[in-house]
Amino acid sequence: MHFHHPTTLADATQAVAEGATPLAGGTDLMVEVNFRHRRPEHVVGLRKVEELGAWEGNRIGAGVTWRRLEHGGPQALAEAARTVGSPQIRNAGTIGGNVVTASPAGDGLPFLVAVDAKVEVMSAEGGRLVPWDVFFVGVKKTTLAADELVTAIHLPESLPERQAFGKVGVRSAMVIATVGCVVTRTDDGKTTVGLGSVGPTPLRASRAEEMISSVTRPTESDLAEFQKMVSDEARPITDHRSTEEYRRHAVGVLARRLLERCLR
Amino acid sequence: MTAPSRVRPARVAGGVGDSTLRPDGIPKLEGSFEYAQDLWQEGALWGATTRSPHAHARIVAVDVSPALSIGGVHAVLTADDVPGSPTFGLEHSDQPVLASDVINYWGEPVALVAAEDRDTARRAAAAVKVRYEILEPLTDPGEADTRDEAFRRIRIRRGDQEASGPVVVEGYYETAMQDQAPLGTEAGLAVPDGQGGVDLFATSQFLHVDHEQVVASLGLSADQVRAHPTGIGGAFGSREDVNLHIHLCMLALRTGQPVKMVYDRSESFTGHVHRHPARMWYRHEANRDGTLARVEARILLDGGAYASTTPAVLANASYFAVGPYKCDSVAVDGVGTRTNNPPCGAMRGFGAVQVCFAYETQMDRLADALSMDPIELRRKNALTTGDHFATTGQIIETPLPTVEVLESLAAMPLPADSESDLLPGGSGLTTEARHVMRGIGYAIGIKNLGFSEGFDDYSQARVRLAGSGAVVETAAIEVGQGLVTVLAQIARTALGISDVTVEHVDTSRIDSAGSTSASRQTQVSGGAVLKAATTLRDRILHHHDGDDLTDQGVLRNGDVIVTMGELVADDWQETATFRHPPTTAPDEYGQGKLHADFAVAGHRAVVDVDPELGLVRVIRVDTAQDVGKALNPEAVLGQIEGGIMQGVGLAVMEELVVEEGIIRNPNFTDYLLPTILDAPDVEALLIEEDGSWGPFGAKGVGEPPTISSTAAVAAAIRAATGKAIERVPVRPQDIAL
Repeated sequence: MHFHHPTTLADATQAVAEGATPLAGGTDLMVEVNFRHRRPEHVVGLRKVEELGAWEGNRIGAGVTWRRLEHGGPQALAEAARTVGSPQIRNAGTIGGNVVTASPAGDGLPFLVAVDAKVEVMSAEGGRLVPWDVFFVGVKKTTLAADELVTAIHLPESLPERQAFGKVGVRSAMVIATVGCVVTRTDDGKTTVGLGSVGPTPLRASRAEEMISSVTRPTESDLAEFQKMVSDEARPITDHRSTEEYRRHAVGVLARRLLERCLR
Repeated sequence: MTAPSRVRPARVAGGVGDSTLRPDGIPKLEGSFEYAQDLWQEGALWGATTRSPHAHARIVAVDVSPALSIGGVHAVLTADDVPGSPTFGLEHSDQPVLASDVINYWGEPVALVAAEDRDTARRAAAAVKVRYEILEPLTDPGEADTRDEAFRRIRIRRGDQEASGPVVVEGYYETAMQDQAPLGTEAGLAVPDGQGGVDLFATSQFLHVDHEQVVASLGLSADQVRAHPTGIGGAFGSREDVNLHIHLCMLALRTGQPVKMVYDRSESFTGHVHRHPARMWYRHEANRDGTLARVEARILLDGGAYASTTPAVLANASYFAVGPYKCDSVAVDGVGTRTNNPPCGAMRGFGAVQVCFAYETQMDRLADALSMDPIELRRKNALTTGDHFATTGQIIETPLPTVEVLESLAAMPLPADSESDLLPGGSGLTTEARHVMRGIGYAIGIKNLGFSEGFDDYSQARVRLAGSGAVVETAAIEVGQGLVTVLAQIARTALGISDVTVEHVDTSRIDSAGSTSASRQTQVSGGAVLKAATTLRDRILHHHDGDDLTDQGVLRNGDVIVTMGELVADDWQETATFRHPPTTAPDEYGQGKLHADFAVAGHRAVVDVDPELGLVRVIRVDTAQDVGKALNPEAVLGQIEGGIMQGVGLAVMEELVVEEGIIRNPNFTDYLLPTILDAPDVEALLIEEDGSWGPFGAKGVGEPPTISSTAAVAAAIRAATGKAIERVPVRPQDIAL
């Protein structure tokens, strides 16, 4: 097995262009290797590439760890970061890895879709910014090309004043999300809802957003309607972790509770 | 000659009743303790197993050549290479060492590989080409029952079968398949002795039965195989059955080199047996005053593909079907089915856990129907010393403080009705205090201690003077429970000597200690140590005409007449075998003196539930437990806290999800064990009472904490939500939808 330790982004993208599998925190890749689902012959380690760990304003380097996000990220992203694995996992795992793995249950993804984040990708040929809804296309499927590396996440210039994250899991910590959700709301009422684990990709509950954004002071019946609309917009499945019915129910309840938190 | 019984040993430092530190504690904390995973010998090869990806199939052809052609592979073995008995089994030899014809469960071993490193061994195992003809698996245990695919049926009939009562409750209950999930996976090292024999160092709970099965399948004589004790990271029943033992020895003998194997976590989930999933139908009939008039139960445990301990687990579930209650009209029908599901066998509680969830739910429903306090209903029916056991008719001869357990439990202070520092949903931030309902639930349970149904349950131990004190020799397995601590304590107190260590020895050096299971080792191996140590002390004092034995040596009238050094030089030793009071096999109606001893424990769970999302946090579980005599109170507490955690796990999250015979969550990502954030606070009261046959009156304490903790948590969730809760683990959708 070949293993590269580049220190520059140029060397890293060059290695990827030559077919190397990128390794950052290893909290997804090494699990796949241990389960013998993957056996990469050529690996490029990214930890020594300082540019990937850079975090300036609204540009979060792909190599920024959950630990850093937990203690310095925007509120809902920090809350999400806190729920990723154990402290050891949070010290190793990165936001870039979460995006590249593109698991429907990725804990960082509901926030990214709720704020319309863009994914910065780079190849030896140059870079591009990809809107999240172009980037995520299916369960663990993205439009990242084989020679491209995710280098950063771009958040919008200004983030909503109010934001809340919630995650339903059967245990109090270290659990894969049965349902994940982020709700944001600006002072003028514009509301967004990012959903995780209830579809092949992270989703937005657009119709619910539209309805509730037009209501300045939601009443009990507006909230109930909002809850129902979120449930209806989810596209959950039944698997060994939960059922379609429960996920549909829980995502509505959770979104409503997070909205209530934003309204306080 | 002086009078035989002299001064009773004075209180010895580190003796019985002290919470002495465990000798393996510091090495385990420091990381210097050698577990089976750490075993290594220069030149050792790594072993790996090829397993069936199907739950039921016919093997058409096995081609090992692709595996053999990989560089570094030394051997690939199949069923044709098993030198002796092609099958093994704890009670019935029905499980193939390697499948030769038919696959009966997902993950069944088909071939073995030895290679120069672990990765190569695993790749080679994956390269073995097996052609399967896929067959329709039988996975519905109800269907298996109908087809009479049963490992055992039990029919219990006691008392007037026409008896009835005016207040009737009926229910149907289910418990899911739980895993022991010990942190140490299956691991071992086999070393050929160069003369056709082999030394085996592998995870175990019972060296002598491993040895018996290994010898049979290797086709060797008993003295050619030595099973050695090794460092073990937890067991909970999962190590009663042979798994990699015969495989390791076959590979070592074939290659002539030491061979090491360590299962990874997912292989561990297929490499050991699980707790039987249960389906239970119950009907309780009571008089208006609450006394039980009749109990009927039908119990189905799915044993999976091979027998393992299913007959004994089914027996336990059936005999303990009524719980710690009196009733003179009982009918229980039990069946342990054979299917193509993963094999099930021993797990802490051994059948008594599943039925406790059912009978305690029934008791709560009965209390409801009678408008009676649930504690009062239980007290009124509590089984105690001198009573007939409801199912078997056996008269309880040992102390059974069921009423004390109940009353102490009810009297324990409850937590303030205020917010808990952690809400349901935990770090997921799903829940606020206004979403939470609190519930409180009680349950009590009973279990046998030691082996039952006429089994000759014994243990041998040797106590010898050595070094500057004494050494206890035993083949009893320490799995982390603290046996090594308590055996030394017993020897210290019995001898009057404080310097005692425990040495685990192999099968060639001592007779069986029996299994580390059935909560039996403190009582049975402890009994053997007590007997050996007491006899040794008496013999030494008699020989030297002394009146006391201490760390200094033999004393007469307070003077040292023989020093400890002189005693040690004389090579004093005593070997003793202890048997618990004999039991009988059941008659055709399940009647007889089937059990040697019993223990009761009760639990009170306090839970916070978010009913809308179905999320539960168990705030606290308080307990009162019948322990006979606590030989090491801290160690007892350790068993209680751990047992409660396992019970909480089964109540709210631990479940092997099996679909069409395939385990969908064989990993710690999806088989959820409670984390420390899910751990309830525990307050424990130890109920001590003289009269049990264990050393100093001790009773086994390992299993009772798991029997009723699950039922108590389920009852608390029921109280918080008003939901029926007829299945554990309780899933969010069971509450929220």
